Amino acid sequence: MSYTEFLAEYGPRFLDGLQVTAIQFLLAAVLAVMVSLVMGLGKLSSNPALRWPAVAYIEFFRGSSLLVQLFLLFYVLPLFGLTFDKYVTGFLALGLNLGAYGAELVRGGIQAVPRGQWEAAYSLSMSPAKRMWRIILPQALLNMLPPWGNLIIELLKGTALVALIAVPDLMFEARQINGSTFLSAQSFGTALIMYFVFARFIVTPFMRWLERFMTRKLGRA
Amino acid sequence: MEDLSQYPLELPESDKPMVRFQNVTKRYGALTVLDDLNLDIAEGEMVSIIGPSGSGKTTVLRMLMLERIQGGVIYVDGKPLTHMQQRGRLVQASEKYLRQAREPVGMCFQHFNLFPHMTALQNCMEGPVQVLGMSKKNARERSEELLELVGLIDKKDQHPSRLSGGQQQRVAIARALAMRPKVLLLDEVTSALDPEVIGEVTEVIKGLVSAHNLTIMMVTHQMGFAREISDRVCFFFGGKIEEQGAPADLFDNPQRERTQQFLSAVKSAD
Repeated sequence: MSYTEFLAEYGPRFLDGLQVTAIQFLLAAVLAVMVSLVMGLGKLSSNPALRWPAVAYIEFFRGSSLLVQLFLLFYVLPLFGLTFDKYVTGFLALGLNLGAYGAELVRGGIQAVPRGQWEAAYSLSMSPAKRMWRIILPQALLNMLPPWGNLIIELLKGTALVALIAVPDLMFEARQINGSTFLSAQSFGTALIMYFVFARFIVTPFMRWLERFMTRKLGRA
Repeated sequence: MEDLSQYPLELPESDKPMVRFQNVTKRYGALTVLDDLNLDIAEGEMVSIIGPSGSGKTTVLRMLMLERIQGGVIYVDGKPLTHMQQRGRLVQASEKYLRQAREPVGMCFQHFNLFPHMTALQNCMEGPVQVLGMSKKNARERSEELLELVGLIDKKDQHPSRLSGGQQQRVAIARALAMRPKVLLLDEVTSALDPEVIGEVTEVIKGLVSAHNLTIMMVTHQMGFAREISDRVCFFFGGKIEEQGAPADLFDNPQRERTQQFLSAVKSAD
């Protein structure tokens, strides 16, 4: 079987898998952004009731394996009567995990905003919430976009783990096809290329565009 | 704990300076920066604060706007700023009280601290819209007037990154004035500027002094400027006021040895 014939036969299944991967990736990314905002702000809070849960969350999700967390959500939570659909479990585990890393980016981005910006906002008597949302966060966002680009690609590659709880993503399809054809080089090679193309030609250019867009919007061009 | 009952809950009309520092002490850890400061600033007065670095002069302004004190009470417009009334007694101000008590005070900084993601006009409108609750239309009118006053109306849609240092500082002055402060604090506003643009900022400040009934406290290293526009000059040394007086007296006929040393050192550096 030539590679062309292989693609003609299994191409559609790879594309189906890629579609599932893309959806898992998008949902997990949205969740990760929300989680990192909440936890990053929480970690900076002067109120211990907000700070300690955030610290505990970040330490737990950064300090243990994503695969173990995925299995924990999928196999252990049902024992306590909490069952999620496998698709939901997939992006949930990814988003919660990467959100913990993102929280540190949010914290770092906020702390990198010069002290004088806080002082200027305070000198206008702005409330703490308005200082954060209107003055500090827009600038912090720009600070943290480059490391976010890294994290988002990590997230994309991390989606391959959801295959292990039988979500039919790109990796799942590659394993299935390998199992029935024993054409390992073609099966995993194709998946590899598709992940690479997705990361290199879709995710990275999007993040670059976002950086340029935000830079222009924030008047630093 | 300090006995706060010795301080009045409010200053009487007969003895009501715009700003009063009463027995004010400021410490950073074990380091005492200002020691038992007593200073009154009258309404409409222009006071310059000079002194060597580490003398506590910038701290005088920062206590009014940004920092807490460890002893004494500061009053603004007769009302306590650092403390609030609770059951007829003074207690430490809450964060919220402090923020609101500071509304009549405006501040300009050495490094301008304009908001980089907003245009000059948006910088000026931010306070009136977000804090005073003004409509955008009114805030825009007020801000445009002020940008006109500082000579930058043609730059109103520029972001700070497109403005020179002198222009940024003039926008910062307009931004502070947009809150209609009673007291304006100027913290070394010309120190970070290139020599050739210092004049455009000092011109704006001169205009403020003559045209508005604004109380101004200015920390500066520019002795000539302080002399020209101040009603009073305070020389700080080691966390205390070493000497104060009308500019002509203080600069031409300083009484204290430290003042003489400082002024001659500044002169020889010029």
